[in-house]
Amino acid sequence: MRRGERRALACASTLVAALTPQLAHAHLVSTGLGPVYDGILHFALTPEFVLPVLAIAMLTGLRGRAHVRLALVALPLAWLAAGIVADATAIAVPDALAWLPLLVAGGLVTLDLRLSPRATTVIATLLGIALGSSNGAALAQAGAGVRGVLGSTAAVFVIVTLGAATVTAWQTGWLRIAWRAAGSWIAAGGLLLLGWTLR
Amino acid sequence: MFAQRADRDRVGCGAQRRRRVGYRRATRLIVAALLVTAAAPVLAHVEAGQATGFFTGFAHPFSGLDHILAMVAVGLWGAQLGAPAIWLLPLTFPLVMAFGGFLGLIGVGLPGVEIGIAASAALLGAAVMTERRISLYAAAALVAFFAIFHGHAHGTELPPGQSGLLYSLGFVVATGCLHAIGIAAGAAHRWPSGKVALRIAGGGVSLGGLYFLWGALA
Repeated sequence: MRRGERRALACASTLVAALTPQLAHAHLVSTGLGPVYDGILHFALTPEFVLPVLAIAMLTGLRGRAHVRLALVALPLAWLAAGIVADATAIAVPDALAWLPLLVAGGLVTLDLRLSPRATTVIATLLGIALGSSNGAALAQAGAGVRGVLGSTAAVFVIVTLGAATVTAWQTGWLRIAWRAAGSWIAAGGLLLLGWTLR
Repeated sequence: MFAQRADRDRVGCGAQRRRRVGYRRATRLIVAALLVTAAAPVLAHVEAGQATGFFTGFAHPFSGLDHILAMVAVGLWGAQLGAPAIWLLPLTFPLVMAFGGFLGLIGVGLPGVEIGIAASAALLGAAVMTERRISLYAAAALVAFFAIFHGHAHGTELPPGQSGLLYSLGFVVATGCLHAIGIAAGAAHRWPSGKVALRIAGGGVSLGGLYFLWGALA
């Protein structure tokens, strides 16, 4: 198998796995391997967290390496800090606003705006705080605590790294349009989630 | 000379064998991925429906021929119009369709949804058939107008007990796939015979739309 075919196969498998998540509960799904892995699984099974993080990876990847390097630090740190605060104080962004990160991050990818590295870092930080606090509060309720937040932070770092690296490497011609189309799907999902929330 | 040819054959056989092994591995990987991802969750308590949201949403646009015709026609028309319409129209449609779905979800009524969907197939098919060239903004506005009807239909038809976000993503991704099919077929536009084939396909889409319009008005 050639390298291109291998990459295409890996992409297809990842896409199938990402688009077919199994049952996500309000309570934590236990892996039996401890709170760190429970935190990772909780993040991986919650599309409201995974999709905005992927969108941030796409946004920074489309803008270039300088943006990626800053977001790689800012997003996981903001996620971790907000998660620890939410775990300790139970202060978190309400679940009713879960649509907002999807709409904002997906919309920015769709528009493909020429943002400065500082602007993308601020956006990544704000989304990290919003999503991290929701995640931290959910993990606190389930008793996974700070170790669960650490696990989910590691998962966020890995997803942003791999996602942004893929987009940075593959963005010539039609691929750039494909990423923007994926962003528009995430934004559309956010708009519809708002509809579900208001229903 | 014979020895060289034998070497070449051996190298060729090796490459073929490697390719065969690669394909076998790829098949195993795909089967394994499908088995893992399609595994039904085992629950101690009864809680049905949520995990199937994405698939239900994905299947929804494919369940109605009127949806399929209109969405493929968007891709075909975009391919005929060329850049930037080829990517702008398929980006516009899902976003505005989501807005239509949003209206449906919050209970804003939209009169004549079925008529709008059928008319979209009839008119977009006619645009492909006649290879109609209008300004980019007019094309985007026309596509956006019809997308609201499609979104409204999707948004109001969620079966009870399913995950809203996954269902929504399912039908948005399915819509994107239908546009991509239209764009891929529209690649034939570069050949003279392909242009004719596309216009015939547009005529077929338009006729299908008229049939559904007749049914919606009757």
